[in-house]
Amino acid sequence: MANPTLIDLVLWVISGWLVIGFLGILTLHKFTFVARVLFPLGGVGGLILALLALRSLNSGVDENRTLPIGLPQLIFHLRLDALSSFFLLVLGVVIFGVSIFSAGYFRNSAGTAPGLLALEFHFFIASMALVLISDDAYVFMVAWESMAMSSYFLVTANHKMPKIRAAGFLYLLVAHIGAIALLLSFGVLQANSGDYTFSNMRIQSLSPFWASVAFVLAVFGFGAKAGILPLHIWLPEAHPAAPSPVSALMSGIMLKIAVYGMLRVSFDLLHIHLWWWGVLLLVLGLGTALFGVIFAAVQSDMKRLLAYSSIENIGLLFSAMGLALLFYSYGMNTIAALALTACLYHVAAHAVFKSLLFLVTGSVLHATGERNLGRLGGLIRFMPWVAWLAFIGVLASSGLPPFSGFVSEWLLLQSFLFTPSLPQPILNMFIPVATASIALTAALAGYAMVKFFGVVFLGQPREEKLNHAQDAGLFEKIGMVWLAVVTLLLGLLPNLTIDLMEPVMRVLVGQGLAGESKSHGWWLLTPISIERASYSPVYFLIGIATAIAFTFILVRILYHARLRRSAPWAGGHAWTNSRMQDTAEGYGQPIRQVFEPFFSMKRQLPKPDDLEPKYEVIVSDKFWEGLYMPVVRLTEFLSALVGRLQRGRISIYLLYSFITLIFLLLLVPGVKI
Amino acid sequence: MTELSIQLINLFASILLLLAFAMLAQRRVINLVHIYAMQGLTVVSATSIVAFVTHQEHLYYSAVMTLALKVFLIPLVLHRLIKRLDIRWDVETLINIPSMMLVGIVLVIFSFNLSLPISKLSTSVTPGTLGIALACVLLSFMMMITRSKALPQVIGFLSMENALVFAATSATYGMPMVVELGIALDVLVGVFILGVFMFQIREQFESLDISHLENLKEE
Repeated sequence: MANPTLIDLVLWVISGWLVIGFLGILTLHKFTFVARVLFPLGGVGGLILALLALRSLNSGVDENRTLPIGLPQLIFHLRLDALSSFFLLVLGVVIFGVSIFSAGYFRNSAGTAPGLLALEFHFFIASMALVLISDDAYVFMVAWESMAMSSYFLVTANHKMPKIRAAGFLYLLVAHIGAIALLLSFGVLQANSGDYTFSNMRIQSLSPFWASVAFVLAVFGFGAKAGILPLHIWLPEAHPAAPSPVSALMSGIMLKIAVYGMLRVSFDLLHIHLWWWGVLLLVLGLGTALFGVIFAAVQSDMKRLLAYSSIENIGLLFSAMGLALLFYSYGMNTIAALALTACLYHVAAHAVFKSLLFLVTGSVLHATGERNLGRLGGLIRFMPWVAWLAFIGVLASSGLPPFSGFVSEWLLLQSFLFTPSLPQPILNMFIPVATASIALTAALAGYAMVKFFGVVFLGQPREEKLNHAQDAGLFEKIGMVWLAVVTLLLGLLPNLTIDLMEPVMRVLVGQGLAGESKSHGWWLLTPISIERASYSPVYFLIGIATAIAFTFILVRILYHARLRRSAPWAGGHAWTNSRMQDTAEGYGQPIRQVFEPFFSMKRQLPKPDDLEPKYEVIVSDKFWEGLYMPVVRLTEFLSALVGRLQRGRISIYLLYSFITLIFLLLLVPGVKI
Repeated sequence: MTELSIQLINLFASILLLLAFAMLAQRRVINLVHIYAMQGLTVVSATSIVAFVTHQEHLYYSAVMTLALKVFLIPLVLHRLIKRLDIRWDVETLINIPSMMLVGIVLVIFSFNLSLPISKLSTSVTPGTLGIALACVLLSFMMMITRSKALPQVIGFLSMENALVFAATSATYGMPMVVELGIALDVLVGVFILGVFMFQIREQFESLDISHLENLKEE
């Protein structure tokens, strides 16, 4: 190949990851080699992939490739277009950070051998990349399922613990139910033509009914992977169970792959767009976002908190997508492009900052061995690197300017403000409510993040052992710094990022924003017009920096000019200790009180005369009791009924076949008894 | 195609049916083996007559093979098995032989009804035998259901196969040779495997009563 095309290079990267994985098998127990050589190599692969995707986005390629592997009649159709390139870019960027981090993170003592872990890890990222470039339902499903399987094995890396096995099983179950829905959806999309390539699905014209069936099935299937409301239950179980880099990948990328699938099906494959699809996505997304953030605010396990926060962000993504679909169905393409830009921006932003935060939990977990917020605290003094990097991630996650989360949420709210122009009066009345709940979600996200950062890093250490916590190692630092830098860049350079999305918008809704968005210079983001709204992160940064510098100087010069350490007024306490500071539970208590109907809570209060008082509150998900347990009970009941058939006696089994035989013979036409 | 040969085939068919009923009612294990051998002999005779009448050469091979396998080899194996397992004088307690017989008669009527439309279309020499063959299959099946020991069940299985071969020869002049060879081999292998299993079962439970297998079910 004299001049390889971009998709070939992408395929080389993917095969490179597979080779790295198999090298891991060959060097199953050589821990140092696997950690110090294979994982960084995979990370470099991610970086190369990101560069390729960047190149592809800039040059606007649309390349097809068929691979003669698979079944005889079913070859692999692959395609690299703007949409897949954008997601590949996000994938590559995050993988570079996570892989480098993993090089320093995995320890030899984990349940799975290091080489095997490397295989699963690289297989996972390779199959995610393959999902993104697949161009027929067959290779899509193959890659999708290998993604589910490899991530299942990664989640159950510490498979010796029954709780982790249970979490893995739940994940696998939901993933498979979702995969069945996807399979059915593709089956409807190919409209009985027998050709499962995406190019064929694009030219099929389905009736509105069947198109809706395909859409709803796709929402179910991709929603199960992404964690949309009734199917979110696996997320808070699987994330704490998985090793932190794996949680980072799953939350950062895998959930986005589901978003990619949803975009691909609803904007690319389906040729008609009904307005109520948008409303469905909007309602599901908003419900998920609100639910996720409320639960995030009351968690006391740091990884569960982040998992619920991921649910919230996925909800935001889906509602942005729903809004775009709504506008698109009414032919308002510019505003649809605005909503989609918000969606894609948040995909990139969330992928990076959530991976960063999960990696932070990994470092904290290694340094302290604790996931429970109630036993952490004050770590900023022992782990300054991790703490400051976490601070960047937390600010981005709370959606504060000038960080990346703000840009996407601001764009989303901007696009919500255009809803009065919709030609449907009922929607015009309801969508302000949706806008309000987006604002509420954003505020509560900030609340949850303050809790995360404040309880883990600030205050006094709640346990003696925290005083010996070590800061992250070199590899871990490099990985996290990379992600933090990308988060900062995403926050500071919104126009450049939106430029990158331009070709994606052209593929999906036919037009982009770039013409308008930078008409007033690269530093000022004006998504629709300068009169309407504008935002400049650079000004914000300068403003914030000036304010801080000013305050600092004022304090230094006008005030004491030195740090004064003295005993504060203790409020009448004879002494204070670290147990007296605000806890995760205490901090979340107002939310628990306000949103009480959302939770099912079990409180255990001590008696007044208890010498060792113990206060416990277990907050659980109502969906579990209300939706899943009845299904579980029904299944168990039916299985028990079927189980009755099993009597253990051969004669009875023979009788079954005998009766079946006689019955079938009776059905033979012409038999008269 | 003489009248006599058709009469003969019909006779053998009815003998087969009679033997099937005899098997259903027989308590003694050793007698079951005898009946099985007689059944084989009947099938052999019927096959040879069909071969003679229709001049189908491969039916002769089939008859010879059946003779060697089902009249001599398998009964011999079963005899040795009985001897080694020492169950020669075992008597099975059967529940309610008369009502079993009645159910058997219902089955015979059922299968005659069932095969009536097929027999009408049939061009073979002996259209009526299909019903009998089917009845024998069902009766053997029923015998397998009602027995609680392993060896009688094996014999029930073998006799079902006999009835099938009979149905094949009398209704359609036999199956292709390859199929017949395959079935014969299957049966032979099946008998050996079941023999081994029986030893294993007895080793494990010190009895051949398969009700012990009930322990295998999930609680």
